[in-house]
Amino acid sequence: MTAVLRPAAVDDRVLRKVSGARVTLAHGGGGKAMKDLIDDVFVRAFGAPGDAPLEDQARLDLAALAADGDRLAFTTDGYVVDPLEFPGGDIGTLAVYGTVNDLAVGGARPRFLSCAVILEEGLELAVVRRIAGSMADAARRAGVAIVTGDTKVVPRGACDKLFVTTTGIGAIPRGRELGVGRARPGDTVIVNGWLGDHGAAILGARGDLRLDSPITSDCAPLHELIEVLLAAAPGTRGLRDATRGGVATVVNEIAAASGVAIELDEHATPLRPEVRGFCELLGLDPLYLANEGKLVAIVPAAEADAAVAAMAEHPLGKGSVAIGTVHDGQAGRVTMRTLLGGQRIVDMLIGEQLPRIC
Amino acid sequence: MKYVDEFRDRARATVLTAEIARVLERIAPTRQRPIKIMEVCGGHTHSIFRYGIEGLLPSSLELVHGPGCPVCVLPMGRVDDCIAIAEHPGVIFTTFGDAMRVPGSRRSLLQAKADGLDVRMVYSPMDALALARSNPDREVVFFGLGFETTMPSTALTILAAAAEGVRNFSVFCNHITIVPTLKAILDSPGLELDGFLGPGHVSTVIGTAPFEFVARHYHRPLVVAGFEPLDVLQGIWMVLVQLAQGRAEVENQYARVVAQRGNRQALAAVSEVYELRPFFEWRGLGSIDHSGVRLRPAFAAFDAEVRFAVPNAQIADPKACQCGEVLKGVLRPHECKVFGTACTPETPLGALMVSSEGACAASYQYGGRLRTGGSLLRVVR
Repeated sequence: MTAVLRPAAVDDRVLRKVSGARVTLAHGGGGKAMKDLIDDVFVRAFGAPGDAPLEDQARLDLAALAADGDRLAFTTDGYVVDPLEFPGGDIGTLAVYGTVNDLAVGGARPRFLSCAVILEEGLELAVVRRIAGSMADAARRAGVAIVTGDTKVVPRGACDKLFVTTTGIGAIPRGRELGVGRARPGDTVIVNGWLGDHGAAILGARGDLRLDSPITSDCAPLHELIEVLLAAAPGTRGLRDATRGGVATVVNEIAAASGVAIELDEHATPLRPEVRGFCELLGLDPLYLANEGKLVAIVPAAEADAAVAAMAEHPLGKGSVAIGTVHDGQAGRVTMRTLLGGQRIVDMLIGEQLPRIC
Repeated sequence: MKYVDEFRDRARATVLTAEIARVLERIAPTRQRPIKIMEVCGGHTHSIFRYGIEGLLPSSLELVHGPGCPVCVLPMGRVDDCIAIAEHPGVIFTTFGDAMRVPGSRRSLLQAKADGLDVRMVYSPMDALALARSNPDREVVFFGLGFETTMPSTALTILAAAAEGVRNFSVFCNHITIVPTLKAILDSPGLELDGFLGPGHVSTVIGTAPFEFVARHYHRPLVVAGFEPLDVLQGIWMVLVQLAQGRAEVENQYARVVAQRGNRQALAAVSEVYELRPFFEWRGLGSIDHSGVRLRPAFAAFDAEVRFAVPNAQIADPKACQCGEVLKGVLRPHECKVFGTACTPETPLGALMVSSEGACAASYQYGGRLRTGGSLLRVVR
C-alpha cells in the first residue's frame, strides 16, 4: 500500500485518528486501523496535497527537475540503527540526511524522498510519532519533500522495532562531473571536521558499555556545504560521505577506483578529545567509525586552500582541513604518516571493529 | 589528551630513535645477524604497527612479535569447547569481542552466533554477571581469557558472584600465565633472541620480580615497557644499552604504572580463586607445563568445566600453519607459507591472523616495514 504525500498544508484535510498506545498487526492489515495510522502519524507529519485523495504514486513535475540539471540522481538506503534515538538525532533524521547526502555527494540537488517504514508489533506509537516528526523536521531543513511512503507491520521479533528505507531523487546540474575514480596524483584529501562522532555516539548510546558519553552524532545534510565547496573549487574530482566504515573505508574506495595511492597525515586528522578518549578506552580506530555529516573531498592541490577556506565559512564546515594527498604509488594503497613520522597501511575494515581484550 | 599525547611526541621520538641508532652502532658490528628483541605482549605489537615504529628503526635491529596475545595462542579445540557449552539449552555464552572471530575446527563463535546460539560480546566479566542477575532462568557462562592482566577481574567477579549467591553464573576458565611460556621460548633450540620487552599490563598485576629468571638464568635483558610509542622506543633503547654494556637485568620503563611487587589486592584475588593446571595447550607452541590456571575446587559451583560436559577437544593446528615459528621469532609473519594467501584476516587459518594484536594480522593490516618500496609487504596480494 502506497500513500501519496505532498508537503502541503494538511489543515484543510480531515485526518483520521489512530487509537491505542502501541503498534498492532491491525495497523498493517490494509484496513481502517492502517489508514488511521498513516493519516494521524505520517500524513500529519509530512503533509499532503489539499484534500485530494491519496494516490498510489507521487506525481512529480519534470520541468521543475529539469531546470535543476540534465541528469536525474536516484538513490536508496535502508536504516536499521540501534538505538532508534540517540544524542544528536534518531533513525528518522538519519534516513533523511543519509539519502540527501548520497544524492549530494554526486553533485545532485536533492528534491524528493520516499519513506518506507517497517514497524514491529508492540512498538509504542509515541515513538513512531516522534520519528515521523523528526523526519519531517529534517526534510524541511534539507529542503526536500517526502512525497510517497509505505507502512508495514511485522509480528513481534520479526524486525527490531522500526526500520526505514528512503529513496531520493535529485538533479545534477549540467557540466558537473564528480566521481570517485577521478582522483589524480597531487590532489588533496579534505574532510569537513571532527571524525567518528556518529559512530562513537551510537556505541555510547547502546548502553552496554555503561559509559556516560557526552558525544553527539554529527548527522546533518551536506548539500549546501557541497555547493559552497564546488563554487570555491570547481575542479573538485569527487566526493563521498564517510558513513559506515568511516574515512578509512571511503579513502580506500577512492584509491582503488582511481588507481592511485593516498597518504593520510595522522597529525592532521581532526578528532574530538571525547572521541579520542572513547577509542583509546575501547581499542577502536576512529578512522573506521561512522560519520553522518562528514564528507571526503578530492580536490586539485591548486584549489585546496580555497576549498578549505570556503567550507570553513559554512556552519557544517568549520573544522574543514586537508588530511592527506593523492600520489602515484601502488594503486589502491592507502597509508598513514603516523604521529611519530612512521608509516602504516590503512586497509579496509574486515568485519566489524571488535573491542580488544586488554 | 593528557598522559597520552606526551607519550606520542614526535620530537622526543626523533631523539630516541637517534639514540637507538647510536647505541646500535656500538653493538651491531660485533654481531653476525641483526639484534633481535622480542616484544612479549600483543599490546606492544599493536603499538609497533599502529605507529609505524619498525620503519623508524635501523635495519640492524629486528623486532620479534611474541606470544603475548591471548586470542592468538588459543587452540581451535578451546573454541570448539566454547561452542559445545553454548549449545547447552538455556546458555548465554559471553566473551570479549576479539575472541569472537577465532576459528574453531568447524566454526568461530561469530558463526555459531549467526547459526542461532546465544553468544554475546561483553566488555567485562562484571557485565556477564549482571546478565546472569537479570536472566535468572538462563545459564550465563563467561569465557575467561587472557594473561594476568584480565585474571584478577575474572577472579573478583567470581568472588562477587559467590558473595551474592548467584547460582546461574559460571566461568569457562582459559586464563594463561606468561612466565612458563617465556621459559619455553627461552629453552627452544636455535633461539636467536637478544633481549625482551616485558609485558606492561601483566607486570602491573604480577610486578617485575617474576621476570628475574630471564636475566639470571638466560642472561638476556628484559625491560618492562608501556604501550605508548615513546614507551616502546625507550624500552628498546634500554635493552640496547644493557647489551652495549654487557649487562642482563630486569628494568622497569613503565614505572608510572608498574610496581616491582605488582598489585597485592589483585594477586590476592588471583591466588584465592585459581590454581595452576598441570599443563595447558597453546596454539602453535603445543602443551606447556603449568602455563594455565583453573578454578580451585572451592569455586566449583562457578566452574563451567564442572557444570557442563566440556568435550576438551584436541584439534591439531592446520598443517600449513606456521604460527609456532612466527611466535618463537624463527619466521617473520610474511615469511609464513600461507601469509596473505590461504591465511588472511577475512579467512584466518592461524590465530595470529585473528586479533589486531596478532603479529600476522597487524603485519597484514598495517603493513609492517614500509622501507624500500614496501617489498616485504603483502608480497602476494
